[in-house]
Amino acid sequence: MATRIALVIGVKGLNSKKSKETSLHAIHVASGGRMVPFGGWDMPLQYLDGIIAEVNAVRNASGIFDVSHMGRIEFEGSGAEKFLSSIISANVPALKIGRSKYNFICNATGGIIDDAMLYRTGEQHYLLVINAANFDADMNWINTHYYDQSDVNMRVVTDDTVMIAIQGPKAVETVDSLTHGKASKIRRFRIGSAEFNGVTVTLARTGYTGEDGFEIIVPSYKGAELWSKLRESGSVEAGLGARDVLRLEAGLPLHGNDLSTDTNPFEAGLGRFAYFEAPNYIPGYALRHLSATKPSRKLVGFKMIGRGIPRRGLNIFADGAKPADESKSVGIVTSGTYSPTVDGGIGMGYVDQIYSVIATKLMIDVRGRLVEAQVVDMPFYKST
Amino acid sequence: MYPSDLKYSKEHEWVRMNGNIAEIGVTVFAQESLGDVVFVELPAVGSSVVQFEKFGEIESVKAVSDLFSPVEGTIVEVNSAAIDSPEVVNEEPYGIGWLIKVELSNTDQLDALMDATSYESILQ
Repeated sequence: MATRIALVIGVKGLNSKKSKETSLHAIHVASGGRMVPFGGWDMPLQYLDGIIAEVNAVRNASGIFDVSHMGRIEFEGSGAEKFLSSIISANVPALKIGRSKYNFICNATGGIIDDAMLYRTGEQHYLLVINAANFDADMNWINTHYYDQSDVNMRVVTDDTVMIAIQGPKAVETVDSLTHGKASKIRRFRIGSAEFNGVTVTLARTGYTGEDGFEIIVPSYKGAELWSKLRESGSVEAGLGARDVLRLEAGLPLHGNDLSTDTNPFEAGLGRFAYFEAPNYIPGYALRHLSATKPSRKLVGFKMIGRGIPRRGLNIFADGAKPADESKSVGIVTSGTYSPTVDGGIGMGYVDQIYSVIATKLMIDVRGRLVEAQVVDMPFYKST
Repeated sequence: MYPSDLKYSKEHEWVRMNGNIAEIGVTVFAQESLGDVVFVELPAVGSSVVQFEKFGEIESVKAVSDLFSPVEGTIVEVNSAAIDSPEVVNEEPYGIGWLIKVELSNTDQLDALMDATSYESILQ
């Protein structure tokens, strides 16, 4: 057994900087949440029944996640549309009120600083939701270009609000029951608002699991009440472990694993989310060039055929490769897990272009053991 | 949680002696720390294991951990139930979730292991 458990699961003592706590922290601890440092926050990895039970709850009924650690920034003013157009890869002028757009925050050379969700919440009002772990890098990018924006008001609202994701086939009816039937009126990938016990909450019908559901933004003081109500309605508390499995099953990339400043949207197969036509878009030139260049490697999904679980950082070899000669590696695993829904090992990784074709056989070097895998279409799981 | 008839290693394995055959598994502490066990990699019958050295791997959804043999000897049986249905390691770590049986070369080596009380004290 020994020390590697501590390293993978994460031990508080190893974390020198004190982690921030969300408004729901005490509830997680009381529910038996195993708290781990994540992106500068102390977050639940899992609760008492474990990751598999939490994944199954989301696939079969509904699960709730505290996603309050995710960065939330509001942009307001007559210059908001133009400013956002300059810093993110979304076609901001085309975004209608109440709609959302998945996009990238790319650096000037097209490397991915973060992936983000942009919501248009009003005529001159936008909400940008970013990854907790990239908050500082994102703010650095944004602030570098924000300095002379007199007609854009930017406000970080992360600490003023709690954000709860509810996901699963029963998620919409659950939120409906708490909002007088208002929730189900909001269509998928749209954002709206509703009354919950006397306060206005923001409902974004999106998520990170491949299931229907909402991300609910509520004033911090009302967060615990919403969490309890969702639990009483039968939703199961779920942590980061389940979230990671669910997003991978749904074929959704995780920044820090599958995306980084060393990768660009095109080799990640996500070029359709990289809009670079805005005349003032800073990485526009770089992304246009990258879009016209055939990438030498591509992000693929693969399923294990042999016995083994792929893990981040493992080398990928061509079919029939002889035991691990690292110089002959044709790729690297960027995410991997055991999938309870697929009942087997699944992963994503970058491979040389010629190995990226669906059904290509690969060998994953599982700590010295070469285990057979096959490139498959993502998602690994699709909700019905 | 830590039966008194077993011996324990600081790497969180247990040993149950039956004649000169040692039955080996992981402790409740280990399976709880790991979470849902989804994969167990064990050596073949007939291979030898060295005390306190790696003999296999155990994986949960999130974590990979090495298994260290608490004894030295030759593997005489491998638990196929743990390979085919790894969740038995969570459900009954001292029962059907055992991992390997080892024929000991000598029994003096058991002195290097802990009793339940000592093992529990290192978990504090």
